[in-house]
Amino acid sequence: MNQSNCKGSMSTASSSTNWKANDVVPDQFPAGLRVLVVDDDPTCLVILEKMLRTCLYEVTKCNRAEVALSMLRENKNGFDIVISDVHMPDMDGFKLLEHIGLEMDLPVIMMSADDGKQVVMKGVTHGACDYLIKPVRIEALKNIWQHVVRKKKNEWKDLEQSGSVEEGDRQQKLSEDVDYSSSANEGNWKNSKKRKDEEEETEDRDDTSTLKKPRVVWSVELHQQFVAAVNQLGIDKAVPKKILELMNVPGLTRENVASHLQKYRLYLRRLSGVSQHQGMNNSFMSPQDATFGAMSSLNGLDLQTLSVTGQLPAQSLATLQAAGLGRSTTKSSIPMPLVDQRNLFSFENPKLRFGEGQQQQMSSNKPMNLLHGIPTTMEPKQLASLHQSAQSIGSMNMQVNTHGGQGSSLLMQMAQPQSRGQILNESTSSHVPRLPSSIGQPIMTNGIAGGVIGRNGIGDNSRGTGYNQVPPSSSMLSFPMNHTTELAGNSFPLGSTPGISNVTSKGSFQEEGNSEMKGSAGFPPSYDIFNDLQQHQHKSHDWELQNVGLHFDASQNANPIQGNLDVSPSVLVHQGYSSSQRSGQNRNASAVGRAMFSGVECVEQGNMQNFSPHLNNLLVDNSVRVKAETIPDANCQTTLFTEHFGQDDLMSALLKQQQGGIGTAETDFDLDGYSMDNIPV
Amino acid sequence: MDRNHLKRQVDLMKRSLFDQGYLDEQFIQLEELQDDDNPNFVEEIVTLFFNDSARLLQNIEQALVSVPIDFARLDNYMHQFKGSSSSIGAKRVKNECTRFKEYCTAGNAEGCFRTFVQVKQEHAILRTKLETYFQAYISFMCVFVLVIFALTYICLLFCLYLFSWQDKLDHLGLQEVKLDDYMDEGGSLIIDLYYKYDKAHMIE
Repeated sequence: MNQSNCKGSMSTASSSTNWKANDVVPDQFPAGLRVLVVDDDPTCLVILEKMLRTCLYEVTKCNRAEVALSMLRENKNGFDIVISDVHMPDMDGFKLLEHIGLEMDLPVIMMSADDGKQVVMKGVTHGACDYLIKPVRIEALKNIWQHVVRKKKNEWKDLEQSGSVEEGDRQQKLSEDVDYSSSANEGNWKNSKKRKDEEEETEDRDDTSTLKKPRVVWSVELHQQFVAAVNQLGIDKAVPKKILELMNVPGLTRENVASHLQKYRLYLRRLSGVSQHQGMNNSFMSPQDATFGAMSSLNGLDLQTLSVTGQLPAQSLATLQAAGLGRSTTKSSIPMPLVDQRNLFSFENPKLRFGEGQQQQMSSNKPMNLLHGIPTTMEPKQLASLHQSAQSIGSMNMQVNTHGGQGSSLLMQMAQPQSRGQILNESTSSHVPRLPSSIGQPIMTNGIAGGVIGRNGIGDNSRGTGYNQVPPSSSMLSFPMNHTTELAGNSFPLGSTPGISNVTSKGSFQEEGNSEMKGSAGFPPSYDIFNDLQQHQHKSHDWELQNVGLHFDASQNANPIQGNLDVSPSVLVHQGYSSSQRSGQNRNASAVGRAMFSGVECVEQGNMQNFSPHLNNLLVDNSVRVKAETIPDANCQTTLFTEHFGQDDLMSALLKQQQGGIGTAETDFDLDGYSMDNIPV
Repeated sequence: MDRNHLKRQVDLMKRSLFDQGYLDEQFIQLEELQDDDNPNFVEEIVTLFFNDSARLLQNIEQALVSVPIDFARLDNYMHQFKGSSSSIGAKRVKNECTRFKEYCTAGNAEGCFRTFVQVKQEHAILRTKLETYFQAYISFMCVFVLVIFALTYICLLFCLYLFSWQDKLDHLGLQEVKLDDYMDEGGSLIIDLYYKYDKAHMIE
C-alpha cells in the first residue's frame, strides 16, 4: 500500500517549480513546493501530509527510507525538500540525511519526538537544515520553504564561482573561499560538479597532485602533534594560535590549524554522542560505523592521493611549505579541497577513534602508516568492530595488506569506488534488526476491531465500547486488548441509570447491557466449575465453547467474528469482577487471571482462523491451553447452555433471541439486567 | 430540543476531555485540519492511531517479556509509540510514556512493568472516551441533518398548502354559493376577510 502510495502520488513530479536561483521566484511560491515526507509512523505521516497540503505544498509520502531514496534517485529534480523522521526501523534518519545531502543536495528537515540536545546537535552536524520536534504544528511547516530558497541561493553563488575553475585566474580567490568554507558547505560544492566528474578528476590528477596540492596534508605525525598540543592546552582553551606555537611546524598556518581544529571538535562531539549511546543502543553504533564508512568510501579515491602523498613524507613537508607559502592552486583545487576535507575526515575518524590512546604505537608504526596513509595499528576489538562494519559495507577484499592488515584493508576497501546504494543496502541489511512480521499479524484483530468501531454505524460503535471493557491484569501476560478500570463504573449506568440521556446511545447501551448481562448471568452459576479450572484442558474446552456460544448469541452483525471479539472480553470482565468481588481470594484472582487469559486466548483463537497461529507461542506461562477450534454451530451451543446455565428464563430469552429479533430478548433482559446488577457490584 | 441537547453534550464531552488532561492542543490542530474535503479527518486519524498503536504496544510487551530485557530496543519501541500518541494529542498517554522511558533508561524492569500497565490503561481509557465522543458527535450530526431535512420538508408542505388555499380562495370570488360550505368547514376568520375583500371588490 505504501509503495503504491509513494509512486502514485509522485505523478506531479514535474519541473513546474524548477527555477534558477538567480531568477525571480515564481509568483505562487511557496505554493506548489514539492515535499517528500518519510516517516515510519503512519499516523504522523497522514497528519503531516494533510498539514502540508493545507499549506498548498505538493506532498509525497513514504514510510520507508529506502523507497524514498530510490524515488529521489529516479527523479533527481522531482523534489524540493525532504522531511524525515529520525528513528526509523530500516534506516537511521541521519544516514538518510547524509545520503540525500550528498547525492542530491536537497535540504533535509529532521523530525523527532526526541528533543534532547544531543540529537538536535547530531542533526546539525549531519547537515540537516532544520529540526522539528514532534508533534509537529502546521505553523512550523509553513516556513519550510525558506530552506529551499537559502540552499538554492548558496548553490547559485557557488556555481557562479566554480564556473571559472578551469581558468587559472580565479583560483587563488577560490582557494581562499575553499579554505574558509566550513564543512557544512561542502554539500554546495558537490553541486558544482557531478560526483563522477570529481572522481575522474582526482584520478587524473594523481600523478601531478603532489606538487600542485594546495591543502595541508594532515599526516599522522602532524596530527599527533596537533592532538598533543590540544591536550596540553585543554580542549576548551585550545586556540589555533597557541596550537600553532606549540606544534612548531614550519609552513603551517593558523588557518590550517583553525580548520583542522574545527573538524576535530566536530569529530569529538560526534564521538561523545556515540559513546553515550553505546550503553543504550548498540544499533546506534553500527549505523555510525557505517556512516563513517560510507563517508570514507565516498572519498575513497582521495585516499589514493593521500597515499601517494604519504609515500613521500619529505615531500609532504615540502607541500606543506608550498601550501603555507603560495597556496598555489590548480584546476584540482576546487574539488580537491572539498575532497580533502572529506578525506581528512575519513583519515581522522578511524585513526582518532582507534588510535588516540595509542599514539605511541602509531608513532612506532609511522613508516608503514605513511606508506599507506592509513593507521594500521589498532586494538583488536576496535579492529573487529571496524572489520565488521567494513564487511557490512560490502567488503571487496581486493587489496588486503599484510601490514596491520585489517585497518588498511578496510580503508582500501573503502577506496574502491562503490556505489552508495550498494553501501546503503549492505550496511542497512547488516545493522538493522527486523521485527518478525508474524507478531504483527495477530494484533490485527485489535486493529480490525478498532476499524470496525470507526467505520461501522452506531450500533457497532456500541459493540466497540463493549469490547473495550477488559480490566487490567496484574501482570504483563495480558494481550494488548484494551484495559480499563472504568468497567465497574460502566456497569453502573447500565444498571442504575437506564442509559445516558443520549437518544441513540440509550439503545446502544442497552445492547451492551444485553451482551454483558448475558455474560454475567451466564457465568455465576458456572463459576464454581470454572473455579476448578486449574489446568484441565477439557474444562478450558468447555470454557471456550461457552464463550463461543455467547459469541453466537451476541452476534447481531453480519460479522460474527467481530462480535466474538467484542463480547467475550466483556463477558470475561464481568466474570472476573464478580468472582473477585465475591471471594477476593488469591485463588480466584489467579483463576480470573487465567480465565481472562484463556478467554482472551479464546478470542484470539476464534480469530486465528484468519490469522497466523503464532499467538500461542507468544503467550507466556499459559497454564490453560486452548486448542484452535472452529466455532461450533448453534445446536451444540444450546445443549451447552442447558448444561451450564441453570436459569430457564435466561435460556428462553436466548432461544427467543436466536429465533426472533433482539427486541424480545431485550425486554427480558431489561429486567434481568437490573436484577443482575447486584452481582458485579 | 434534542439537537441542542446533543450539541451541548458533544461540547461538554470535548471540554471534559481537555480539562481532564486526556487531550491536548495537538487535537485542536487536527480539528482545524478538518474541512469539507475531509469531513471525518479527525476520526480517521484517531482510528488509524489506535490500529497502529496496538501493534506498537504488542512490540513493547514482547520486549518486556523477553529474557534478558533489551532496554535499548524497549526504549526504541516506546519512543515510536510516544511519538504516535503525541501526534494525536493524547496527553495522558504521552506522559505515561515519558515515565516509562525514564524507568527504561534507568534499566528498572519493575518500574517498566508498572508504567506499562499504566500506559495501556490510559490508552484504553482514551480509546473508549474518544469512541463515545465520536459516537455522540456523529449522532449529533445525523440528528442535525435530519432536523434540517425535516424542517425543509415542513416548509415545503406549508407552501403547498398555501398554494392550495390560494386556488380555493380564487374560487371563492367567483362562486358565492360556496361561502356557506366554507363557513361550515370552520375557516371562518379567513372567509370573513375574503368576504370583505370580495365585497370591496364588488363595490368597486
